[in-house]
Amino acid sequence: MKKNETEKEEAVDVGRRTLFKAAGLVAASAAVSSTVATSSAVADIPPHHDMKATQYVFLHPAEVTFLTAATARLIPSDANTPGALEADVTNFIDKALASPWGGGSDMYVSGPWKPGTPEQGYQLKFTPSELYRTALTAINKQLAAANTPFDKMTQTQQDAYLTKLESGSVDLDGVPSAIFFSMLLQNTIEGFLADPSYGGNKDMLGWKAIGFPGAYVSWYDLADKHGINLDSRTANPISMANAPKHDMSHSGKGE
Amino acid sequence: MAKTLEAVDAVVIGVGMSGSIIAHELTKAGQKVVGLERGAGRNTVPDFQAPAMHDELKYSVRKGLMQSAQNEAVTLRNNTDQTALPIRRWQAFLPGTGLGGSAVHWNGNIWRFQEADFVLKSHIEKRYGKDFIDPRLSIQDWGVTYADLEPHYTRFENLYGACGKAGNIQGKVQPGGNPFEAPRSTEYPNKPMKQTYACSLFSKAAESLGYKPFPMPSCTMSQRYTNPLGLTMEACVMCGFCERFGCEHKAKASPQTTILPVLLKSDLFELRTHAQVQKVQLDKQGKKATGVTYINAAGEEVFQPAKLVIMSMFSLNNVRMMLLSGIGKPYDPKTQTGVVGRNYTYQTISGAQVFFDDDVRVNPFMASGSTMSVIDEFSGDNFDHSELGFIGGAYLYSNITNGQPIGFHPVPPGTPRWGQEFKQAMLKHYNHTVKLGAHGSSMPTPTNYLDLDPTYKDAWGQPLLRMTFDFTENDIKMSAYITSKLEQIGKAMGGKQVVASPRKGPFDSNIYQSTHNCGGAVMGADPKTSAVNPYLQCWDVSNVFVVGASAFVHNGSYNPTGTLGALTYHAAEALTTKYLKSPGPLVSL
Repeated sequence: MKKNETEKEEAVDVGRRTLFKAAGLVAASAAVSSTVATSSAVADIPPHHDMKATQYVFLHPAEVTFLTAATARLIPSDANTPGALEADVTNFIDKALASPWGGGSDMYVSGPWKPGTPEQGYQLKFTPSELYRTALTAINKQLAAANTPFDKMTQTQQDAYLTKLESGSVDLDGVPSAIFFSMLLQNTIEGFLADPSYGGNKDMLGWKAIGFPGAYVSWYDLADKHGINLDSRTANPISMANAPKHDMSHSGKGE
Repeated sequence: MAKTLEAVDAVVIGVGMSGSIIAHELTKAGQKVVGLERGAGRNTVPDFQAPAMHDELKYSVRKGLMQSAQNEAVTLRNNTDQTALPIRRWQAFLPGTGLGGSAVHWNGNIWRFQEADFVLKSHIEKRYGKDFIDPRLSIQDWGVTYADLEPHYTRFENLYGACGKAGNIQGKVQPGGNPFEAPRSTEYPNKPMKQTYACSLFSKAAESLGYKPFPMPSCTMSQRYTNPLGLTMEACVMCGFCERFGCEHKAKASPQTTILPVLLKSDLFELRTHAQVQKVQLDKQGKKATGVTYINAAGEEVFQPAKLVIMSMFSLNNVRMMLLSGIGKPYDPKTQTGVVGRNYTYQTISGAQVFFDDDVRVNPFMASGSTMSVIDEFSGDNFDHSELGFIGGAYLYSNITNGQPIGFHPVPPGTPRWGQEFKQAMLKHYNHTVKLGAHGSSMPTPTNYLDLDPTYKDAWGQPLLRMTFDFTENDIKMSAYITSKLEQIGKAMGGKQVVASPRKGPFDSNIYQSTHNCGGAVMGADPKTSAVNPYLQCWDVSNVFVVGASAFVHNGSYNPTGTLGALTYHAAEALTTKYLKSPGPLVSL
């Protein structure tokens, strides 16, 4: 798999790196470097994850199966912290694809469509929902034909397949697989760390894991207490849904 | 056939930071003013209220407050050998839309340019000799001096409640401030903000290297402040949702918090939102504007006659509106003649990351958009360039302004992009990493320019703006030199790893850098090399003024807002004290 390329990346804005950067950075060789490969199959969804509780509005069942298994490899669970699976990232992706964003609401969608330079960014005609549908249909078709459905693979095989997608070497009916992979990775990180109202970051598991306290109204009194340990706050983050209503008649501090 | 409305004295296109100030000054002078805003009306209550405003996905990742790329994009190519293609999603820069414009979702950093900036060509030639300037740079003097603008800087800083510590009051260096700053007539209206841990780590390291750090001057309030219009802002509570967000708390200066409540009460001002201006109409001779044509929310074409037209849109849109309206001669890079689109510049930003051990808790979420510590030793011409082979520079700063984790989860280079190792690195470094920045100047060159795209159109059928831009060799050299200084500060901060990333070309539309798009309709004393005169009045059409960072002849080492505010008041003064008394060219040739 590819490494984070901090030398190419912007230290001033790490993480807002484009989903589509990978299109211009097709790796010459994509070595599998997973450190957690095991030989056991991971077909079984853990029992605490009740898939029946989730109503999908865009994704088909086979797409749900692939995405649930794939995102679980992108941000895996481990003994200490939950991963994409527990955070319900697939549900986040489903709701995102059904939202105006999935329909390309934040994109210039008019033609003509031409391949550009990497610096010109995403130039495909696909909206996000079209891109996912096309790519997922192709993936599931190819894997079914080879009789190697993704969710029946070992973790090592799964990581190898994801690495292949990442390297751009799979044709997904017109979607370059590196572009699909980068979008999937970005959406997985979003689903792990966005406010739970978007369907992921279930129980604020992602925020608790990274130590982000959420939508606090004010840090005025603590901002100059340098290095203060806020573990008790970050263990109990505030989401938009459980935030106290902010009263604008409140005059603030320090007047 | 367009519906024609009753004539007014003035139309202001774009009701953001500049438009609201100009409109207010014109109404004070008795003018009947219509403000045309393409976006929605919006206010602190209810539009910016928490908890809904504290939504990283909607506002920061999906750019909820920005110009709709679906309706209006910009096409890009790095040079004229390429075919420009639309930037289909905003990433490198983020033009705003809606009432208040980008001043709703800015970070609040406020600066003055250096005295040398306004006379850059003369200054560099005097200090280093005529042969020193790379002939590929089209730098020139601005036609206005710092001394001309000083009172207007002060007015703007008072309106926007700037918080800082003066470093130079009337030539006397002040302890605790920026010793390099141009002389100010008075102290800032407010004290600096509280300093966060990242600020203090940077300050200590900078001091240990002999530099003089100071708090970033901010328009996020350090205390409750009532501005000269009687509007009160509250102290910033450092919620960490600042840049790309509206302020729920009336603690960030914006048109909504500093001027609109007064302007909107004026009987002489009428705001029309969802008014998409198509062009400024000219008389048969092309010498006078007769008004503007816009499409309203219902899709109807409307002609608004006016005696005076102010373009006060985002810089890129000012340039585009001039081109769409046929005002000024478009710049041609082949012959290097024409002025509209010429001298487009950007901001040359680079950075470094300092990774600390677990015992250093940065708590990056406790911040405002401008809780930064800064040094100014390497900005502009504050240091000797004679052996360096470039001009310009950058201020260096600690850059922790929010800790929203989708956008901010630094991992050391070499970390895999995904999987267990990535996850562990993301969780491990989140609270123990400080970003540093170098905020660098951008010098104009004849090959960087703006014009109308021959192929791509907006939702109303008008050509998109085409940007032809790459970083100049001068600016790449500057960034390499300055970023090495930033790296030294990073190393002195005591982290276990410092990763510095100087700016390199080609300009990449995928990576957020800055929304400091400048130039394209530059000011100056010579109509052959400027689109507007020193009062921001069009040379060719004297009843059109173009107010924006589009007027910047080059971009300095600093955030442009303070200088834009000063230029806005400078233009407003010329309008109300000179132009209205005797409409016509304010500079005769």
